[in-house]
Amino acid sequence: MSDTSIKPRIEKVPLSEQFFQKLPVLLVPMLALGGLVAIGSPDSWLTLTVAGLAMGMMIFIMASGLTVVFGLMDVINFGHGAFVAVGAFVGFTVLAWLAGWTTSPSVMLNLFAVLIAILAAMLVTGLLGYAFERVIVMPVYGEHLKQILVTMGGLIVAQQMIYVVWGPDELHLSRPEALKGSFVIGEAAIEKYRLVAVGIGLALFLAMRHILKSTKVGLLVRAGVENGEMVEALGYRIRRLFLIVFMTGSALAGLGGVMWGLYQETITAHMGSEIMVLVFIVVIIGGLGSVEGCFIGALLVGLLANYTAFLAPKVALISTIALMVAILMWRPQGLYPVVKAK
Amino acid sequence: MMTDTLLSLSGVHTHIGPYHILQGVDLDVPKGGVTVLLGRNGAGKTTTLRTIMGLWKASQGDVRFGDHVISRLDTPEISRRGIAFVPEDMGIFTDLTVAENMLLAAANGPMDQKRLAWIKDLFPPIGTFWNSSAGTLSGGQKQMLAVARAIIEPRRLILIDEPTKGLAPAIINSMTDALRELKNTDTTILLVEQNFTMASSVGDTVAVMDDGRIIHAGSMKELAEDADLQEQLMGLSLEAHQ
Repeated sequence: MSDTSIKPRIEKVPLSEQFFQKLPVLLVPMLALGGLVAIGSPDSWLTLTVAGLAMGMMIFIMASGLTVVFGLMDVINFGHGAFVAVGAFVGFTVLAWLAGWTTSPSVMLNLFAVLIAILAAMLVTGLLGYAFERVIVMPVYGEHLKQILVTMGGLIVAQQMIYVVWGPDELHLSRPEALKGSFVIGEAAIEKYRLVAVGIGLALFLAMRHILKSTKVGLLVRAGVENGEMVEALGYRIRRLFLIVFMTGSALAGLGGVMWGLYQETITAHMGSEIMVLVFIVVIIGGLGSVEGCFIGALLVGLLANYTAFLAPKVALISTIALMVAILMWRPQGLYPVVKAK
Repeated sequence: MMTDTLLSLSGVHTHIGPYHILQGVDLDVPKGGVTVLLGRNGAGKTTTLRTIMGLWKASQGDVRFGDHVISRLDTPEISRRGIAFVPEDMGIFTDLTVAENMLLAAANGPMDQKRLAWIKDLFPPIGTFWNSSAGTLSGGQKQMLAVARAIIEPRRLILIDEPTKGLAPAIINSMTDALRELKNTDTTILLVEQNFTMASSVGDTVAVMDDGRIIHAGSMKELAEDADLQEQLMGLSLEAHQ
């Protein structure tokens, strides 16, 4: 090396800047604390907080796939709601077949029934995602307007297919016996199913984080989100990665569909397009392509929706939109903006 | 030295949207050593590298690497044939650590530790900031990482696009030394460079581009010694670049 080589050094990030970077993580406890002050009653607050976290986790499950698909593939998939709805209907069918298990007093049989329903929904929506990517998305890579049009078309076709297979009526999706009812702590009633939803959402987030941070596939996804062209120049076939991510995102939407269906206990062919409003808000709040941002955004939306529904039901209608506007005014690229190569 | 042709472009045309950028490029890159591609801004140098790499497809003509035509292959396949690319913007994954950037660059398996040690010796910041986020590196350190990534696995050809652009003189010297050391390996380098002093100090052969065509090809030594030819080809004498 040359004698003139410069001593390596790295710029230190000022403390204030470090705090600013970490601030999005603190938003969730800050909102929860604000909720406690506004609600007053700790019991009501606990019930609403668990409900908000459960709702947030389910939205995160549905939104996580969409945000990674957008970040990696630059695809705006308005058809994502189709996977939510199809997942819910497949889950309904499986749980109907396993009615003997879901009505059994055995907790294990109840949970097995839900697990099989979830796996079946994920399998079907994953395969549907494969077909969707090959037939609908692949011809319009890089063309956003066409993506919006064809993926919305795909959503409509999927909804009509649900009518054909399951009929046009709203269906009742009953929770297994073990997931019915609530735990009562003091005067707070915490639904069992909401705790399960929080557990599954948290486990999924930690698993996704682990995969993205600690595996080579995860590294490729993160690198591909930033600069897909360079990933190809290093010898990796990013189209194959696109497909895997799209199928995974679709399967997660299917999982979210089953969970949302069990949460609402009714399912319709339009449930996917209805929930997509919240899902898109969460993806935008989090920063397009950011799983961490999506997670925090989902929790914020879930908590705020429940708190405002309790405190001021009329405000609840616009609370999530107001939250999105406030966050975008503070951080126009979302909570965790993903840097993309130009 | 440098008798066989490793890479050859014959009559290569490249269109980007409505623009006809490369207009029949004929270029031979001899095996071993450094071939420098010179030319004013917009002459088509970057487009030539990107066309070789398959990032932009040649609309006409052939790119031949060794005995095979590669212009119809996709980028990952071209990379796997032994061509590495260091783009002008360096292509660093800033969300990943230095170690993760290197890990991804070793596409064919685990990193060879002996080779990694050699790279850390060649570019000390790679070792120093191994676990740091690549986004926090300075411009020069990022450029070192970009080149380090390209050589973490043995490559037959490395395409490097303006590695000294915007760098401090001391870093340019380090980069020049590193390229000289790379020349001692079996690696062939096709270097796009605006800094004529640096280019002439490492280059063995040279090609000058203008308006999407090669207008001169020959020995770098001859061009460096011929101020009139420099003036004629690039409108600037070597002295003006020093």
